[in-house]
Amino acid sequence: MTRYLARRLLEAVPLLILISVAVFFLINIIPGGPTAAYENNPHLTPQDLARIERELGLNQPIYVRYVRWLGAVAHGDWGYSLASRRPVLVEIGERLPNTIYLLGVAFAVTLALGIPIGMLSALRQYSLFDHTSTTLAFMGQSVPIFWFGLILIIVFHVSLRNPLTGLPLLPGGGMYTLGEPFSVWDRVSHLILPVSMLTLATAAQYVRYMRASMLEVVHQDYIRTARAKGAGGRRVVWRHAFKNAALPLVTVIALDLPTLFSGALFTETIFSWPGMGRLFYDSALRFDYALLMGIIMVNAALIILSNLAADVVYGCLDPRIRYV
Amino acid sequence: MSRDLRHLSPGVPADPALVPSRAGAGEVVLAGAPPRVPRRGRHRTMAQLAWARFRRHRMALAGLCLVAAFALGAAGARVISPYDPERSDLDHRLAAPSWRHPMGTDDLGRDLATRVLYGGRVSLTIGVMAMALAVTIGTAVGALAGYYGRWVDGVLMRLTDMVLSFPSLFVLILLTLVLRTTPVPFLRGGVLAIVLVIALLSWMTVARLVRASFLSLRETTFVEAARGLGAGNARIIVRHILPNSLSPIIVAATLRVASSIVTESGLSFLGFGVQPPVPTWGNMLQAAQDQMTTAPWTAVYPGLMIFLTVIAINYIGDGLRDALDPHHLR
Repeated sequence: MTRYLARRLLEAVPLLILISVAVFFLINIIPGGPTAAYENNPHLTPQDLARIERELGLNQPIYVRYVRWLGAVAHGDWGYSLASRRPVLVEIGERLPNTIYLLGVAFAVTLALGIPIGMLSALRQYSLFDHTSTTLAFMGQSVPIFWFGLILIIVFHVSLRNPLTGLPLLPGGGMYTLGEPFSVWDRVSHLILPVSMLTLATAAQYVRYMRASMLEVVHQDYIRTARAKGAGGRRVVWRHAFKNAALPLVTVIALDLPTLFSGALFTETIFSWPGMGRLFYDSALRFDYALLMGIIMVNAALIILSNLAADVVYGCLDPRIRYV
Repeated sequence: MSRDLRHLSPGVPADPALVPSRAGAGEVVLAGAPPRVPRRGRHRTMAQLAWARFRRHRMALAGLCLVAAFALGAAGARVISPYDPERSDLDHRLAAPSWRHPMGTDDLGRDLATRVLYGGRVSLTIGVMAMALAVTIGTAVGALAGYYGRWVDGVLMRLTDMVLSFPSLFVLILLTLVLRTTPVPFLRGGVLAIVLVIALLSWMTVARLVRASFLSLRETTFVEAARGLGAGNARIIVRHILPNSLSPIIVAATLRVASSIVTESGLSFLGFGVQPPVPTWGNMLQAAQDQMTTAPWTAVYPGLMIFLTVIAINYIGDGLRDALDPHHLR
């Protein structure tokens, strides 16, 4: 197990380096970069610009710059944001928890909705509940989430009002009300819309996976055996069927992480949530390239790690799989 | 082991829509002998059989009609609508939906229904073109990897894994920034640039499907027979194996149109896609964001069009899967 983990982690390193090469070269094709801020400054002569470029090492060939970047990253120096002049790692470190907070809540809600509905749908196959949930899941998967976010704002922020105060029913942005003391309801009310937006499509997808996987399991011989041996309905469903049916979901969840991140980008942009997606959006508008590079690398690393985690968890849950 | 694990476990294709929607108990339909399709006493081609099966999927048929209607509306926008999509009418800014303007007008008084039709032109074109490019790349990569195996497979699949580990939306945005400043004029921020960018990050599913199919088909006797008759590698790939792996490619391609449309509108919504004044459903939604309190209808209709198109295409994909892959558990 330890050997397997070590091998997989070692395998992840070249993959990350390859990704960083690709992204580094892409970012450096974009004209502008660090000297763009000085270009319109009339007090600077072309000689000054050349001097700045030399000092920043921008006159070096791109592969030299890449190797220097890699060396610096290995030492924990990810460069500075052009906009805020603060270290990239500090900027990301400030925003990442907010994104994890949002995605974590959304993920919990997604599982809490997706798994039971999918299971029930499979257990009552062809019932009214099954037809309704299957159709809704199919539709939910097809809703573009950025549009769904706008609709949520129109309905719950613009149209519906709190009957007591006349204020919008739910806040349309931010993580909490600025200048007000901490309150749980304030936090929760700010979560409802962004979480709903993130949940819809993913929950719909999990309903479909869970249903398909459950249907496959409930017709297996060992389920019949369990019933024949006198195990009750609930026990068979949870102890025998659910455990096996939920297995593939582990992989699905891990493979889904990129989708969750893109979801976060839309959600944080629409609901001005101070997370990493919003940070990326702002940096893209400003060509803040050290920050862009940092955010993409952090995301890529998280995606690769989650894939690894999924394989490990899968193996723990399924004794038929052995690590080689 | 771990790498193969995904292929072994049921219901884990990378594309969520590839999961059987009506996966059910045991009812296996045998190839070539679909039940309930009346025989007419004459030989029918595979395509005819597939169409007969497709027709029985009511939602797929409805989806096909809807997409056809949208495509016709987009193509004939000039004939259908009396308005010019670009001309502003400052006396009727942000007008609510009415008989004169069925979807209302935007902040410049432009008729939204007209812009939705013209926007459909751009969005649908991008969807189809990005799909075509992605499927071409994916098929080429998958065919080479699956047919030649060994180091070709190793290199190409590593590449596929790498692109799959990209945080795709982030890299998409980065690519549009790169292409916005490219010296190649026809790629600068236009429709083609978006097509290219979307295709570059969406060919992997098809590549994996095609590879899997090639891996199993290259061991079959008909391939051996072709080789024995002196067929070269290229001929075997194109004439013998590829036609037999078409079904999953067609289904994946259909679903790819829908996801390309969503990607395009998402990028345009964030302001990194097709730039105004060219209307697309995505950048219409972006413009609507500023007027949601005063004119919510500007945000409703373009998104509704995306939603309807995507769900219609997804149903078509569903129907095609049933029609083309009779082995599939239904």
